[in-house]
Amino acid sequence: MASAQTPKKGGSIHVVVQPEPPMLMQGLNQNGPTNMVAGNIYESLLRYDEKLTPQPSLAKSWEISPDSKVYTFKLQDGVTWHDGKPFTADDVVFSLDKFLREVHPRWRPIANGQVEKIEKIDDLTVKITLKQPFGPLILSQEVGGAPMIPKHIYDGTDYRANPANNTPIGTGPFKFKEWKKGSYIHLVKNENYWQKGKPNLDEIYWQIIPDAAARAVAYETGKIDVLTGGSVDVYDVARLSKLPNSCVTTKGWEMFAPHAWLTPNIAKGGPLANKQFRQGMMFAIDREFGKDVVWGGLGKLPTGPISSKTKFYSADVPKYAYDVAKAKELIKASGYKGEPIKLLALPYGEVWSRWAEAIKQNLTDAGVNVSIETTDVPGWTQKASNGDFDMTFNYLYQLGDPATGVARNYISTNIVKGNPFGNQGAYVNAEVDKLFADAAIAPSDSARQELYTKVQKILADDVPVLWQLEMDFPTIYRCNIKNLVNSAVGVNDGFRDAWKE
Amino acid sequence: MNLLHFLSGRLVKGVLVLFAIAVLNFFLIRAAPGDPAQVLAGEAGAADAQLLEQLRQRFGLNEPITTQLWIYIKGYMTFDLGFSYRQQQSVLSLVLDRLPATLLLTGAAFALSLALGIVMGALAARRAGRWSDSLITTLSLVFYATPLFWIALMSQIVFSLKLGLVPNVGYETIGANYTGLARALDIGHHLILPALTLGLFFTALYARMMRASMLEVAGADFVKTARAKGLSPGIVSRRHVARNAILPVVTLAGLQAGQLVGGAVLTETVFAWPGIGRLMFDALVQRDYSVLLGVFFMSSAMVVGFNILTDLVYRLADPRIEAAS
Repeated sequence: MASAQTPKKGGSIHVVVQPEPPMLMQGLNQNGPTNMVAGNIYESLLRYDEKLTPQPSLAKSWEISPDSKVYTFKLQDGVTWHDGKPFTADDVVFSLDKFLREVHPRWRPIANGQVEKIEKIDDLTVKITLKQPFGPLILSQEVGGAPMIPKHIYDGTDYRANPANNTPIGTGPFKFKEWKKGSYIHLVKNENYWQKGKPNLDEIYWQIIPDAAARAVAYETGKIDVLTGGSVDVYDVARLSKLPNSCVTTKGWEMFAPHAWLTPNIAKGGPLANKQFRQGMMFAIDREFGKDVVWGGLGKLPTGPISSKTKFYSADVPKYAYDVAKAKELIKASGYKGEPIKLLALPYGEVWSRWAEAIKQNLTDAGVNVSIETTDVPGWTQKASNGDFDMTFNYLYQLGDPATGVARNYISTNIVKGNPFGNQGAYVNAEVDKLFADAAIAPSDSARQELYTKVQKILADDVPVLWQLEMDFPTIYRCNIKNLVNSAVGVNDGFRDAWKE
Repeated sequence: MNLLHFLSGRLVKGVLVLFAIAVLNFFLIRAAPGDPAQVLAGEAGAADAQLLEQLRQRFGLNEPITTQLWIYIKGYMTFDLGFSYRQQQSVLSLVLDRLPATLLLTGAAFALSLALGIVMGALAARRAGRWSDSLITTLSLVFYATPLFWIALMSQIVFSLKLGLVPNVGYETIGANYTGLARALDIGHHLILPALTLGLFFTALYARMMRASMLEVAGADFVKTARAKGLSPGIVSRRHVARNAILPVVTLAGLQAGQLVGGAVLTETVFAWPGIGRLMFDALVQRDYSVLLGVFFMSSAMVVGFNILTDLVYRLADPRIEAAS
């Protein structure tokens, strides 16, 4: 076992980050690439293992009151910011109660909706009191979801215009050194890291290589040590992972568990608003083919709204195996008369285009009149945000808990313009709304499971979206790099424990 | 017409053209769907109305479009190209940061293609119909017709992966911390593949143009006269044919020179070369208006500038042009 060996000290590691992040100040920006790099600089109260069990990070221990409403966090002793100032409970209160409440789109709704107060007990103790029990709180402290922000740098300033945003200061194992725009980001070891003896590596270079094929060649020629999830084309994965001294893992995405689907625009009315028609399309699409051929066998077929990789999943739902005869029957019964339907493809590269073509073929075979509509990323974002589509691809992170990562796509209060990741198909079902609302604040996990089982059954029958794939984003790396992925957010958690043989 | 008069006239026209371009760019970019706030929010995977509102305010997108235009024009009059909120840096510093890499790549490709193209074209014309002519024409046809990105990738696979001769991506060895001559050599090493890839395309263009032009001039009466005078074929070819044949090549080179600053988007992307072309492409897919407008403006200014310069070179290469104008 790799973890049983004694880690070697020193060395540098070259990782690819794609695309170039807009900034590294993780409190202000939570893009994929930002989280990947900044997870080395910033830290949060908790980490999560592959089963999503909370682990200590900046909080050394925590207690939850019997009524599940008071969370008391004990902080690590002797933690300092990269500029030498001590990290205390004041920083935690500032981060959660002021900074992130103002700027963080994921923490804000929790802080405003669930939290009664956040207070400092002493320099190393923080207490969060909730208005009501809220199960997902314990999973909300991942570094991308709630990074700790230095109070002495940000308090009283205009957060977004603070010049310190260009030289991020955190408590993490690596410090920001240099960012050559268009080329690389350089992080160096934090000699004063609170966890003695860590990190093992001296430096990390995050290289920016825009072309996927060039990234693959750079890995093969040894310029790059780690290809992070999603940074190479799907059809390169098999070849690269078979190279000598090349290892591959699909772990490290349990917290996000990306779930891909087609969103029919129910608000537009017509055939897409008809449940039988949507069910017919589910039977018409050969999802197995999509997974095996388009996605090179990566991933797993979903049964409904909740990923099988996260908590509260239930397999006890109506299922849709590929069955063209049944699809035709349902589509005919729905009263469909060949109205044209446009499928807005997701402009995230070749794989998505091929997938759109495969699905178009499937639907055409079942008698649906489909055409593919293409656009660039900002165009897609605008159309998807404003409900300006018939049917579109989308994929979303589940964020560890259905209350935060799943409910948002199906509840009627989240039919909002301007956000492509809400309930964009405008699905409305009062019973679903109620079940999700009750499940979020149910006092025990068993009570929550019962409600989520119910809602999964209803949704799988109603098909508000056409679930296609529980996606896998493999990380490819040289086998002499050990302990690379050891938490539910994988590479995003930083290279604290990684070492090079 | 004296030179000064000519120059000032062209400069005034150039400024007017630039102004028109600046305004046109502004509206063209806004006509594309999506804005930077939406893109940033979309990339983050989660957004709410408040976040979008905050972002729009930062980008200045909540102002009326005419106010935005006025701020933009006013900035440009004082050589202020604006601020990229996305990258937290002034556009001018972003552009200047990327300029050396682009000038190095496009400049090297330009010099290489011009020299090689003229020589090969002249050579092919002198040996018209023989096997060396066929070789040169065929090669230039192949390089002209093959998509750049394919040549770029194939060259990476052959020269970097299979032969291990040159690095496939980047501007210099990251983490090596070379200085002085060692650094220059390292950058030169990284420059070989992208400069050759980009250069070969233009070489093909110049070679074909030079060859055709030479053959055309070679049939002219004054060339016959020169031969009849008993001049050696070499002198006829260099002094009488080549000098006249080079004019269309200068035109073409002027056009290419105008694009030196615009960078080569494809080449820079495939070779991860940190130049302006990529800056522009990234800004485009992120709808980073101020950066995009800044790069557009800089490259338009270069095109206008090089047009004026090309006209000047014309007058030097062929004094009759001045008389005609």
